[in-house]
Amino acid sequence: MVKEEQELANRPDNTAFTQQRLPAWQPMLSAGIVIPGFVLIGLAFIGIGVALFVTSRSIQVLEFDYTGVDQNSPCFKCSDPKVLNCVCNLNFSIDSLFKGTVFFYYGLSNYYQNFRKYGVSKDDVQLSGDLTNFKTPSDTCSPYAYDSNNQPIVPCGSIANSMFNDAFKLYQIINGTNTLVPFDGKGIAWWTDYNIKYRNPSITPLKNAFNNTVKPIFWSKPAYELDTSDPANNGFINQNFLVWMRRAALPNFRKLYGRINEGDYAQGLPAGNYSLEIAYNYPVLSFDGRKKVVFSNVSWMGGKNEFLGIAYLVIGSMCVFMSIVMLIVYAKFKFPEEDGVPGH
Amino acid sequence: MLRWIRQQLGFDPPHQSDTRTVYVANRFPEHGHYIPQRFADNRIISSKYTIWNFVPKNLFEQFRRIANFYFLVIFLVQLMIDTPTSPVTSGLPLFFVITVTAIKQGYEDWLRHKADNEVNGAPVFVVRSGSLVQTRSKNIRVGDIVRVAKDETFPADLALLSSDRGDGTCHITTASLDGETNLKTHYSVAETTVCQSVSQLESLQAVVECQQPEADLYRFVGRITVTQHGEEIVRPLGPENLLLRGARLKNTKEIFGVAVYTGMESKMALNYKCKSQKRSAVEKSMNTFLIIYLGILLFEAILSTILKYAWQAEDKWDEPFYNQKTEQERNSSPILKFISDFLAFLVLYNFIIPISLYVTVEMQKFLGSFFIGWDLDLYHEESDQKAQVNTSDLNEELGQVEYVFTDKTGTLTENEMHFRECSINGTKYREVNGKLVPEGMTDDSPDGSTPHLLGEELLFLKAVSLCHTVQISYDQPDCPVGGGDPFSHANGFSSNHMEYYASSPDEKALVEATKRIGVAFTRSSGDTMEIKTFGKSEKYKLLHVLEFDSDRRRMSVILQTPSGGQVLFTKGAESAILPFTTSGEIEKTRLHVDEFALKGLRTLVVACRHFSPEEYIDVDRHLNAARTALQQREERLQEAFSYIERDLHLLGATGVEDKLQDKVQETIEALRLAGIKVWVLTGDKHETAVSVSLSCGHFHRTMNILELLQQRSDNECAEQLRRLARRIKEDHVIQHGLVVDGASLSLALREHEKLFMEVCKNCSAVLCCRMAPLQKAKVVRLFKTSPEKPITLAIGDGANDVSMIQEAHVGIGIMGKEGRQAVRNSDYAIARFKFLAKLLLVHGHFYYIRIATLVQYFFYKNVCFITPQFLYQFFCLFSQQTLYDSVYLTLYNICFTSLPILVYSLFEQLVHPHVLQNKPGLYRDISKNSLLSFRTFLYWTLLGFCHAFIFFFGSYILMGEDTTLMGNGQILRANRQLMFGNWTFGTLVFTVMVITVTLKLALETHFWTWMNHFVTWGSIAFYFIFSLFYGGIIWPFLHTQDMYFVFVHLLSSGSAWFAIIIIVITCLFPDVVKKIFYRHLQPTGTQKSQSLSAPQAQALSCVESLCCYQHGQSGCSRLASLLEQMTGQCQASTNHCHASSRSNRSWSDTENSYSNDRSILTLSPIEATHC
Repeated sequence: MVKEEQELANRPDNTAFTQQRLPAWQPMLSAGIVIPGFVLIGLAFIGIGVALFVTSRSIQVLEFDYTGVDQNSPCFKCSDPKVLNCVCNLNFSIDSLFKGTVFFYYGLSNYYQNFRKYGVSKDDVQLSGDLTNFKTPSDTCSPYAYDSNNQPIVPCGSIANSMFNDAFKLYQIINGTNTLVPFDGKGIAWWTDYNIKYRNPSITPLKNAFNNTVKPIFWSKPAYELDTSDPANNGFINQNFLVWMRRAALPNFRKLYGRINEGDYAQGLPAGNYSLEIAYNYPVLSFDGRKKVVFSNVSWMGGKNEFLGIAYLVIGSMCVFMSIVMLIVYAKFKFPEEDGVPGH
Repeated sequence: MLRWIRQQLGFDPPHQSDTRTVYVANRFPEHGHYIPQRFADNRIISSKYTIWNFVPKNLFEQFRRIANFYFLVIFLVQLMIDTPTSPVTSGLPLFFVITVTAIKQGYEDWLRHKADNEVNGAPVFVVRSGSLVQTRSKNIRVGDIVRVAKDETFPADLALLSSDRGDGTCHITTASLDGETNLKTHYSVAETTVCQSVSQLESLQAVVECQQPEADLYRFVGRITVTQHGEEIVRPLGPENLLLRGARLKNTKEIFGVAVYTGMESKMALNYKCKSQKRSAVEKSMNTFLIIYLGILLFEAILSTILKYAWQAEDKWDEPFYNQKTEQERNSSPILKFISDFLAFLVLYNFIIPISLYVTVEMQKFLGSFFIGWDLDLYHEESDQKAQVNTSDLNEELGQVEYVFTDKTGTLTENEMHFRECSINGTKYREVNGKLVPEGMTDDSPDGSTPHLLGEELLFLKAVSLCHTVQISYDQPDCPVGGGDPFSHANGFSSNHMEYYASSPDEKALVEATKRIGVAFTRSSGDTMEIKTFGKSEKYKLLHVLEFDSDRRRMSVILQTPSGGQVLFTKGAESAILPFTTSGEIEKTRLHVDEFALKGLRTLVVACRHFSPEEYIDVDRHLNAARTALQQREERLQEAFSYIERDLHLLGATGVEDKLQDKVQETIEALRLAGIKVWVLTGDKHETAVSVSLSCGHFHRTMNILELLQQRSDNECAEQLRRLARRIKEDHVIQHGLVVDGASLSLALREHEKLFMEVCKNCSAVLCCRMAPLQKAKVVRLFKTSPEKPITLAIGDGANDVSMIQEAHVGIGIMGKEGRQAVRNSDYAIARFKFLAKLLLVHGHFYYIRIATLVQYFFYKNVCFITPQFLYQFFCLFSQQTLYDSVYLTLYNICFTSLPILVYSLFEQLVHPHVLQNKPGLYRDISKNSLLSFRTFLYWTLLGFCHAFIFFFGSYILMGEDTTLMGNGQILRANRQLMFGNWTFGTLVFTVMVITVTLKLALETHFWTWMNHFVTWGSIAFYFIFSLFYGGIIWPFLHTQDMYFVFVHLLSSGSAWFAIIIIVITCLFPDVVKKIFYRHLQPTGTQKSQSLSAPQAQALSCVESLCCYQHGQSGCSRLASLLEQMTGQCQASTNHCHASSRSNRSWSDTENSYSNDRSILTLSPIEATHC
């Protein structure tokens, strides 16, 4: 026996692997499997679609363009870039209760935050609180790395420089008096951005860290004064700053400004008249841009998105439809495989 | 030194003079007029690289590949200008690809080195400084005296100096060079013949002058100048003095020879065609596709650049206040900006050319080729040899073969002849245990008793044992016969220390047979032949030999019997003898001969003529007159021969089996059913070739055999060709076979190539005989370069097949008895011809399907990958913003989508191997590179574009204004809404893409082993795990932390999950529907066969084997029922499905032709009893 094995030294191994006989599942896309499969998937999708669609319909959205292109627009007077420190009021009324936490967004259109050069124009190291990059910002920040006096700009770069600086205050008009509806400006940025990625230098007071630096050219106040009331919302970890720093994917976008979830408004915005006070600072008309504000509540699936439900409904019904077509073809022409070999 | 370099680089021709002067034993003259010549050393080099030049040469070779060069350029562009992605994104994959390819090529070259070393390190004996020194083959220099012992091969081209025989002759066989197995006698010059010992050689002063090396095996011109006692004697040297490298010394104890051509300059090496890189058809179409994709890439890049400038014509888009340019950007010249923008887009989209395609293909080929070696079905147990893969580059070409060019001797046949039956005086006999047993009788005579042979039988046996040109060699007692030498039985029959050598293996078999039966040919010396009839010695005097020639197709001897009478024995093809017979059982014998031939035996008819003394004197006179004639000797000899060979008395006929290899007939039949045309190219005689062709099923009895033989002039040849073409046109119903001989072929190829091709294409089988090695290659090249460019395969076992093997698209070596040259130079080597069927039909089919899908899928997945990036440019002002993160860009092809397709391309089996082997027709499904046709390519590309559009716009719409998909972040903190941002958007598209692309392959996969499951689901899982990991850490060495926690945030949104699911399903849904409808309404043969499981396949193999056709009606009805099973009972059902009935009809057609083919096969009894 041993000798025999030696003689056949070259004999390949007789294993399933070497002989390409590995046990294998060999599925075949035949009508018999696919028709019931399609029906199941189709029904499931229709179910999901209905749920999504209904949910989406229940979401309330209120949207106002305040760019001021139109002469009748309350902010028309502010749209001229020469006018400084302009404030305009946007009045509106709500017919029924705006349920749940109401999210307040500002929206920009025709604004290309996804421009490549714009996108790289920031210094992540600087924004993580590294003081060496306060003195020498990264090259990627140019042309906003140094000002004309060759002082380093902190935070440097185009993104920070172009931070959205309109401010909003919402008042409910109850019997002619304005009651401030508070915006919760916290918790609107990514938790990781706020806690890990962006850090203020660990120097108190924060102002000292910014010695020998200048504020971004477009900014009216330095970074350490973004929110003087709350040190946890100041400097690089100011939530509005963080929201702005997360670039939008597409040229028309909304960004979260605040939530209405405090006090009397924890259950939502009651019906009534409201006035939105807008500190109009941000110029958009130079590039045909538009500014808007949006009130919206959310559901378990996020913001209003009817398309998702519709897509599910369409695909679901197509699945069912195709399975019916296949069934008809099947019944009419008798597919070869199904009445073929297995009978014998 | 400089000259050496120039020589190495090929600037200077290495030889300046027309002749080379070889000083025997390198004893250069002392006088000054000697100019040393440089000769190659005796190394055979088939490897490409050395350790030193591997890195530069390999890199150079690799960057000659268009794709690699392209990536190098992209990499350099990224290094030079400001581009959206870092150089690492293309540098890393390029490095990976280059490294893997280099490792693979290095390994293959190492194998070649090993083989070379084996040859170059073989021990040889050389005479150096007065003694015999053992050294290695590679150390032989020109001028060395080499000693070669019996049955050794010559290590270099040697001029024979002396042998142990007194007359200075030796016998060699050149089987491994030209396939001729007979012994050839070579001579030495009289002056050197005496130098039979080392000491005598020591005193030899000689110089050989000869021509520079050339490839012609049969040409050698030179002279030897021997200085004896101060006197120079000059003798001519010709091919009969030259012992070629690769030939084998036979029947001679030892010889001494001086090496004249060594190493790569030896005639054998020169006959190797230089190794050119073979490229498969798949690789060619791959390159075409690459160029198309390059076109798409350039188009996209140019379009983007133009649109960018069109869009940015307005200042508000070019430079909005929030995104101002640096001074440097503003001041750079517009042309430069334009170019650098174009290059940046090029870099951005460059991934559309799948970089890892080549490396995956290489890996697939390399790893996949192991399956050939591992296949037990390709393992030959008797010789303990498994299939061998020398080039894995051509695996898929095995599935594309249209022409098979096969050698005959040793490839189709075992190269062993056996006497089987004979017909004597109208009675059939079989040989059983060394006795002749008449038909219908059993061998019941007790052992040991001397059988009584009738007079006719004895005469017949004597005729057979005397009428031949067999030589006898007596074994030296000190050289034991067959001691572990596998070659001893190839050429000689060894027993009683006696071996027969014959130029015709038939003669040898016949003489051996008569010896077994009791009439032994024992001695031939000069003009006497001695036979022993049951121990009784008889001496015959050989008066004349009327040599064989292919016109007469017979040969005769005239002998003087011991009793003093003169007798003529003649032996030849039945058509050449029967017309001249006047007595004997002519009709019965004719019947028997036909029966023998039907059994596939090679037949010869034997006849005799007794001369009266007067007659003999007349005959003798005629012959002598003809032989001494000065003019028209040929014609006069022919006249004399036909004058003599008449009034014959028919003795009988013999049937010799040239033992065909196992299952050759089935293999050829299977190849034919697979749509492959089989050509037999052989150096053999026309008759032998035709009879083997017939017996192996290459030619059928019913075939109309056309002949293009013995053409002497161009016009004649053209005329004959035209005649043949007409004949083919006239009856195109019958299958035609064509026989061509080498001389006619070279005429036909010289002037009438087109005509010849046309005739050949209309013949279902072609046989070329009398072919020189290079002629074989020429035929292959002719077909390779014909307008249709068919894929050719050459298969052979001897060194004479090497050039053909190297010329064909796929070269296959048979590991036979004629050395390893063919194996070494082949792309694949198998032990037996029958393995070709599985190699092509199963392995070839698998490899082709695997690689074709691999290639298409690669293009598809890269279109999916890059198109969203292109579309994104429309939404980001053509600012070259990448949609995906750099790491994703880099790893998409290397990690996320590489393994499933690799595993698919290694293990996929669309149809069960048994089915493939038993239904050769399935091979036609993939012929003509059908899976890589432009149509399929277009389908995959468009599919890729469609999917990419769905990915991108699906995500785009669902994303809306960046809030609609926003999760409410419940995983992290309740009631919080999160912004997405561009990276999240890109990651969403990427996630959808990875899942879709992987699942698309899953849809294509038909054979799910655990590995497929592992890599398919593993790839998706890996993508998720990797993304979580990658996004979960602030990477210290990365410049930006764009991806930090992006993936987690994406997944924490419920609606993102819904979006992923719906987009993936939307992409795959139409594909599934399409597949279902195509499968059911227009199934291909392959798809139909998929429904057969393994046991059914085996049942099918029974049905399709021969036995089923023997039961006539019942077999037919069984076949019919099986057909119905397979194609569905469309006709039975009331509603006629048009498509399926059409396919059913085509099915029946193939089946019909199948059974037709089978029915006209000539069945040998062995096969019939098998059932």
